[in-house]
Amino acid sequence: MNLLELAGVKKSFGAVQVLNGVDLTVDAGEVLGLVGDNGAGKSTLMKSITGVYSTDKGHVRFDGIDVTHLDPGERREMGIEMIYQDLALAAQQDVANNIFLGREPTKRMLGLIPSFVDKRRIDRQAQEMLDQLGVHVPSVHIPVGMLSGGQQQTIAIARALTFKPKLVIMDEPTAALAVREVESVLKLIDQMRAEGIATILISHRLNDVFEACERIVVLRRGNVIADLKRDKTDMAEVVSYIVGAHG
Amino acid sequence: MLKLLERTHVRPESLAVLVGLAVVMAILSPVTGSGVRVFLTANNFFNIILASATFGILAIGATYVISAAGIDLSLGSVLGLASVSGAALVVTLEWPWYFAIIGSLGAGAAAGAVNGFIITRGHVPAFIVTLGMLGIARGLALIISDGRGIYGLPPEILFLGQARPWGIPTPVFILVAVALVAHYILAHTPFGHHTLALGDNENSARATGINVRRQRMMLYTISGLMAGIAGLIFTARVNTGDPTAGLSYELLAITAAIIGGTNLFGGRGSILGTMIGALIMGVLQNGLNLMAVQAYYQQMAIGAVLIAAVWLDQIRTRGRSLQ
Ligand SMILES: Nc1ncnc2c1ncn2[C@@H]1O[C@H](COP(=O)(O)OP(=O)(O)OP(=O)(O)O)[C@@H](O)[C@H]1O
Ligand SMILES: [Mg+2]
Repeated sequence: MNLLELAGVKKSFGAVQVLNGVDLTVDAGEVLGLVGDNGAGKSTLMKSITGVYSTDKGHVRFDGIDVTHLDPGERREMGIEMIYQDLALAAQQDVANNIFLGREPTKRMLGLIPSFVDKRRIDRQAQEMLDQLGVHVPSVHIPVGMLSGGQQQTIAIARALTFKPKLVIMDEPTAALAVREVESVLKLIDQMRAEGIATILISHRLNDVFEACERIVVLRRGNVIADLKRDKTDMAEVVSYIVGAHG
Repeated sequence: MLKLLERTHVRPESLAVLVGLAVVMAILSPVTGSGVRVFLTANNFFNIILASATFGILAIGATYVISAAGIDLSLGSVLGLASVSGAALVVTLEWPWYFAIIGSLGAGAAAGAVNGFIITRGHVPAFIVTLGMLGIARGLALIISDGRGIYGLPPEILFLGQARPWGIPTPVFILVAVALVAHYILAHTPFGHHTLALGDNENSARATGINVRRQRMMLYTISGLMAGIAGLIFTARVNTGDPTAGLSYELLAITAAIIGGTNLFGGRGSILGTMIGALIMGVLQNGLNLMAVQAYYQQMAIGAVLIAAVWLDQIRTRGRSLQ
């Protein structure tokens, strides 16, 4: 059974048709590369998977359940996480709170008053997660907005991995990273595959895509125009699909 | 001390302004018969807190919506609507005394819920919706009361405004209780975290699964509820459901929140800071009263403080981002 299954997904913004009936499947533990020109609809497609956008037509199934009408919180609960292209971090909130945003663990204050956010636990677990990822930030107490672009990107990655996801969507996760950090993200994807976590990697850097992904899907003007096995294709072919020069 | 301020997100500057202002007012205020500065008498101290209590509670509502990058311009008018709604039920309709509480709090929360509903469902900017509500609530208050004060409330209600258990006016107890609960919710619950995150970056809130629409709906309802509580206290203090109560109080409330450190653009807010802001406004008003400065000039002073506070904040944040 497929972990994720999209069938006939359509989406338009006003008069602009962005997705024209997309079919796509992803297996558990699979690493899929999604490529396409600027404006091809990659981010829009991924946001319809996480529920940030509702689809006009079509179905999204995850883990055997139709999630088309679930909200982003419910889909996160089921194990869909996404690192957004714009990162979607709250700049004035601190690192730890960002990692736990929407998932704050609570306890009773003085054993009495309910809904007390367990800040100590948030700080400790956030620090553990960052250590595990080998990320260095000065402190989990500083506002995310004061970190560098690359550091912010790793905070977004930490947030996606903290809650035992089944599928992690990464929208340009390496765009702001130095060479060494890019390598560690690719290594991380490998590690996730070993743990059975599926990944969809969106990137304009085809080298990275070929290194990390066994399967590559090309989106062009809101249609899937190619679904290729890494071992049976090459960069030239993928590029020709991206620019629409194929066939 | 500094650590406590930091933990509660209170700006040390606002505390300094409060102390400085109090010193200035003490020096400038006239001397009583027994040779004490009027400003420094215990009675005057309670006057300040009593006056601050009404718009202090409004300022709590303002803090919630502003730190979520919203605004509520209808606070003062909803206070007036709540004041006459409670009084009309008990005085005009002769229902039991507790309907003054139900009526005031209910009218406030309902007006806030209407704001929230139109903002979230109709995608009309909060600025416009609450500006419209400013007119609607005031008009409704005048209609309900036929343009006159509704006088003569039962003693149970007067207790909420005029009694002094242990020598301290009841509204002070109410303000402190409301402020503590509001502080707990904003600083220590998921609801508070979500409020600040929503004001910080709506995309972030949505992406992490926060129900943005429900959050906003609740925030405007809370803001209205605060106006309801303030309206009840007002009624009890003057023994009248007054349709003109809270006129231009939104100016005081928003100013108190902003000088207390709430980020006008969302993402940051502290109830304790707001309380200091409310005291600053209270001291300013009281001091000007004691010096017999005309009310017209006081309005100008308060407006100027609001603009100056935001201006200074802009200079400071610009300076920071240029570094
Ligand atoms: N919220 C929105 N409102 C209106 N139009 C939108 C919105 N989001 C995306 N679009 C439009 O949809 C199209 C596809 O955008 P999308 O962001 O999905 O492309 P993409 O493949 O991710 O591009 P890139 O590689 O540049 O990130 C673009 O033409 C864009 O202008
Ligand atoms: Mg994109």
